[in-house]
Amino acid sequence: MQTMTGAQILMAVLQEEGVDTIFGFPGGAVIDLYDELVKTPIRHVLVRHEQGAVHAADGYARASGRPGVCLVTSGPGATNTVTGIATAFMDSIPVVVITGQVPTHLIGNDAFQEVDIVGITRPCTKHNYLVKSADDLARVVREAFHIARSGRPGPVLVDIPKDVAQAQVAYTRPAEVNLRSYQPTYKPNKRQLRKIVGLVREAQRPLIFAGGGVVLSKAAGELTAFARRTRMPVTTSLMGLGAFPGTDPLWLGMLGMHGTFRANMSIDACDLLVAIGVRFDDRVTGKVESFAQRAQIVHIDIDPTSIRKNVPVAIPVVGDCRATLEQLNRMLDDEDLGAINGTRDAWHDQIAEWKSRVALAYSQGQDIIKPQYVVDKLYELTEGRAIVTTEVGQNQMWAAQYYHFSHPGQFISSGGLGTMGFGLPAAIGAQVACPDRIVVDVAGDGSIQMNIQELATAVQCCLPVKVVILNNGYLGMVRQWQELFYDKRYACTAMDHQPDFVKLAEAYGAVGLRATRPEEVVPVLREGLAAPGPVIMDFVVAREESVYPMVPAGANLTEMLLV
Amino acid sequence: MQGEAKHIITMLVDNEPGVLSRVVGLFSGRGFNIESLCVAETVTPGVSRITLSTKANPPLVEQIEKQLNKLINVIKVRDLTREESVIREMALICVKAAPEHRAEILRIVDIFRCQVVDVGLEHYIIEVTGDEGKLKALLNLLKPMGVKKIARTGPVALMREPK
Repeated sequence: MQTMTGAQILMAVLQEEGVDTIFGFPGGAVIDLYDELVKTPIRHVLVRHEQGAVHAADGYARASGRPGVCLVTSGPGATNTVTGIATAFMDSIPVVVITGQVPTHLIGNDAFQEVDIVGITRPCTKHNYLVKSADDLARVVREAFHIARSGRPGPVLVDIPKDVAQAQVAYTRPAEVNLRSYQPTYKPNKRQLRKIVGLVREAQRPLIFAGGGVVLSKAAGELTAFARRTRMPVTTSLMGLGAFPGTDPLWLGMLGMHGTFRANMSIDACDLLVAIGVRFDDRVTGKVESFAQRAQIVHIDIDPTSIRKNVPVAIPVVGDCRATLEQLNRMLDDEDLGAINGTRDAWHDQIAEWKSRVALAYSQGQDIIKPQYVVDKLYELTEGRAIVTTEVGQNQMWAAQYYHFSHPGQFISSGGLGTMGFGLPAAIGAQVACPDRIVVDVAGDGSIQMNIQELATAVQCCLPVKVVILNNGYLGMVRQWQELFYDKRYACTAMDHQPDFVKLAEAYGAVGLRATRPEEVVPVLREGLAAPGPVIMDFVVAREESVYPMVPAGANLTEMLLV
Repeated sequence: MQGEAKHIITMLVDNEPGVLSRVVGLFSGRGFNIESLCVAETVTPGVSRITLSTKANPPLVEQIEKQLNKLINVIKVRDLTREESVIREMALICVKAAPEHRAEILRIVDIFRCQVVDVGLEHYIIEVTGDEGKLKALLNLLKPMGVKKIARTGPVALMREPK
């Protein structure tokens, strides 16, 4: 029988799992792992901060549909991953985080760079492991990948003590993973689906509300087919952007706090809401008691805990979004849909009226750049085909509103945790996964500084990510809340001193460009997008522009502030 | 909270380090309450049983069950409040035993079919097993004598097999 070190076993299993890239940062407890890593064909992307490693692995996973992997050392290396792990957990992204740990005989001794990372990350991982023996290593790593990518995906952490990495043990390839206590339900209950078909036939004002689950289960094609055949209008959560073509006549735009007027009005008026791969976040529902108050709610999700957590549901369906939509579409093959679709003209007319009454809009004057205009032009110049990552705040909402996403995996944003500093490392990960695509991080001047150090990663690894900074010198979303709900008391949200982002880009070895006037926006975007390497484009925009529509936290979705 | 009732939830879990903290962490992280908790091995190697009692309304108890089921190391979850089941709790009660009370205490012990497991000049330790009602009734009778200390296991429970 073959004997191998723990480190060699890890590398063997990673390759069996098809891992082609690891985002990481070396340290004392993982020197053995790195020593073996460089002997494999796996590409290593050396980040500048471990938080960046997890976000990059997360961006890689969202863009490719495959688990992202990162490797960091014990102690501070491990704790620096926590925000990234929680981000992936909230958005159900498959990431495998491998942390080094002090040798087993020192665990619990407060050894140098020791931290109980398994304890720390227990509530923000789908599952985690401390590997106490090299004999368990291969099985554990296989399980980690299985758990990360199956069911409702999520991050899994594997903590490997240094002596486990060094131990010589016999290696046999582990068998297929089969966990008796973890068997996600993929196939939906047919009887429930028949009831859905019945409701879809009867409804006068039906509506589809799709979310990140549709993106994760690669169900966008099935969703689009289902919507078009039943002539049901579609809205999505932030996480669902790209699951339905943003140019389709049935598309209503995003719903929720910064959703479109017609999407939020439709939620209130609909008599049937088919919710697919969503979890009814408070940013989506507003006041939950009045959310879709006239509708029967059908809820399709692979995670039973999502169902009936926040809203009452008439027809719950536990199953994979794609498997469920495939089955529903097959059932519709036997239905005569011509008759039912004829009865819905009034509903579509109503939606069209809402659309014409209040559309997403801004007015671009002569002097000051409007942030929406920058996103608008970015959409035009990239022909709607870029992968767009975002930071968190106003930049994120304007990107969601004005870039019309049409493909799953095209919009990469921290929806659940709302992590500032996500966008740049996520863009790096997405660029690794999709080297031929244009990858743009739409950022704010506040957020970008939370992980700006990753620009060095992009330069070193020749990853030509483009950063568009909507620079208003404020933590804009908080400033907006202060303006609207705190009587314009801008407590600590002004960033009156910012670095010169052009010089900063140049210092990192990237290209820096700036636009301060509206007529400079298009030339700067053109030049930046055409440049072969990483670019920071600094757009000095209207300082006190706000994101509208806006539903105040906890208000009914129809109570939108429109200007 | 509306319709809040006591639920006894029993579950089989992998007997691995950290499993108990996953279960307990779930309760504290999501704001569920735990009134009592009991953990021990079963006859199946590698499998332990956790019995816990909680107070919750129906939607919350549904959420608790689902969240427990979602933990990778939890094999099976049951809400025994909804099933035909046997529920028992054990308590050790250290009661003051002044000379004038000693006979009375022993009579109570007899009536409740408890056992005296430790005797001193000024105390008895009584072992009692039963359901919640029995323990409560016994404690009510012993309190006037002076209960010095008490240790309770919290309920353990099993579903009745089909007859």
